[in-house]
Amino acid sequence: MRTPSPNDLLVVECLDKAFTLHLHGGARLPVVSNVAFTVARGECVVLGGPSGVGKSSILKIVFGNYLAEGGHIWLADGGRFLDIARATPGEIVDARRRVLGYVSQFLRVIPRVPALEIVAAAARDAGLEARAARARAAGLLARLNLPERLWPLPPATFSGGEQQRVNIARGFAGEHQLLILDEPTASLDAANREAVVGLIAERRARGAGFLAIFHDDDVRGRLADRVIDVSIFSSREAA
Amino acid sequence: MTTPLLIADGLSKRYGAIQACRDISFELVESEALAIVGESGSGKTTLLHLIAGLLAPDAGAVRYRLRDGAMRDLAALTESERRALMRTDWGFVHQDSTRGLRMNVSAGGNIGERLMALGDRHYGRIRGCAEQWLERVEIAPDRLDDRPSTYSGGMRQRLQIARNLVTSPRLVFMDEPTGGLDVSVQARLLDLIRGLIADMGLAVVLVTHDLSVARLLSNRILVMKQGEVVESGLTDRVLDDPQAPYTQLLVSSVLAA
Repeated sequence: MRTPSPNDLLVVECLDKAFTLHLHGGARLPVVSNVAFTVARGECVVLGGPSGVGKSSILKIVFGNYLAEGGHIWLADGGRFLDIARATPGEIVDARRRVLGYVSQFLRVIPRVPALEIVAAAARDAGLEARAARARAAGLLARLNLPERLWPLPPATFSGGEQQRVNIARGFAGEHQLLILDEPTASLDAANREAVVGLIAERRARGAGFLAIFHDDDVRGRLADRVIDVSIFSSREAA
Repeated sequence: MTTPLLIADGLSKRYGAIQACRDISFELVESEALAIVGESGSGKTTLLHLIAGLLAPDAGAVRYRLRDGAMRDLAALTESERRALMRTDWGFVHQDSTRGLRMNVSAGGNIGERLMALGDRHYGRIRGCAEQWLERVEIAPDRLDDRPSTYSGGMRQRLQIARNLVTSPRLVFMDEPTGGLDVSVQARLLDLIRGLIADMGLAVVLVTHDLSVARLLSNRILVMKQGEVVESGLTDRVLDDPQAPYTQLLVSSVLAA
């Protein structure tokens, strides 16, 4: 590993990823190779490039959801760095609880659980006791303009935009130092997009780092410190 | 690193010509939920029975850290130590509730049995505790004196859970806990189990053929095929980016797990 700066939250080095499709004659589907970038404290790094170039895959690898085939993903945790590419399942579960968050494009609905409880559970996972967790959840849902009458209901029947706001609230509830965002504002209207932009700016001011995909040019222009064009790492054209 | 709660070391079991489990090793730490998945005949239930001490391995050992901190080989426990462990620090939730419940004893009696085994003889206290547990597993307290034979399938599973958790075990084994239930009943039961695991900090070893159940309840997964572990890892990683050919087949064969 190169010598990290004390400000680094994430250092990605020489990351390679390809899928091997065993059910299709072992076909190799290369995704990205030699990916390298950093995210510093308070920074918002945006992955750019055309669709299919591997942006979402990189986010999933950094979160430990996809397996890195080669390279390192150094995640700052207190005074040390954990290599997500080689960490045990237990270490990744623990890191996700405390320091690494993820907001997916869509809410994966847990049947029957009320919206407020979904968000509060994420805050409890991060170490808050039940009452404080519910208070934080309520604060986030209010901030994201989810009508209070929806809070006690399970989100299965909510609109796409309402579900996505529950999803964002859940992702932010852990107050992780590094948050991965996969197009969090895609299904939101202008007012709610503003709410998300405000939330991100506030967290950055407190030192949190973001690794994100934003398709909305306006949002990207306002939040991105740097845009990394993932095409330079993509294996698709070369393949 | 956390000290393991349970260590399975080189477990093998053969039934005649069939190798049900071959040289399986893993560790489980406190509050960790491990799912063992695979098709029927993959050896997952045999493995569960080996770990839970219901079956003796041909080779290998299971070691467990008792509440006093001592790491003990299960095979070396005395019969009374083993019974005490199973009644207090362990739970076992069976797919077939008639195996996990006494069908001709009231619900309250089913829950109270483990407390009495621990030496509690105070009728009022046991009844109060049973009532609280019924409520916790979402069964109306006025069903306390009814026998489980009058309960629905979903209620019986919830009663089995209450019966097991009343002694605050650290480790619970579950064999297809939602198998055979209607889908709507499954969702409710899964949410209940998920909440209890989180609230009580339970370690769980769960056997299921249902990948969505594994995703919902476990952090880590072992994929078994013909008695061997073909892949293991973080649950969402194994399900979303499976590496072994057999895991890819399993994952691609279900609708949106």
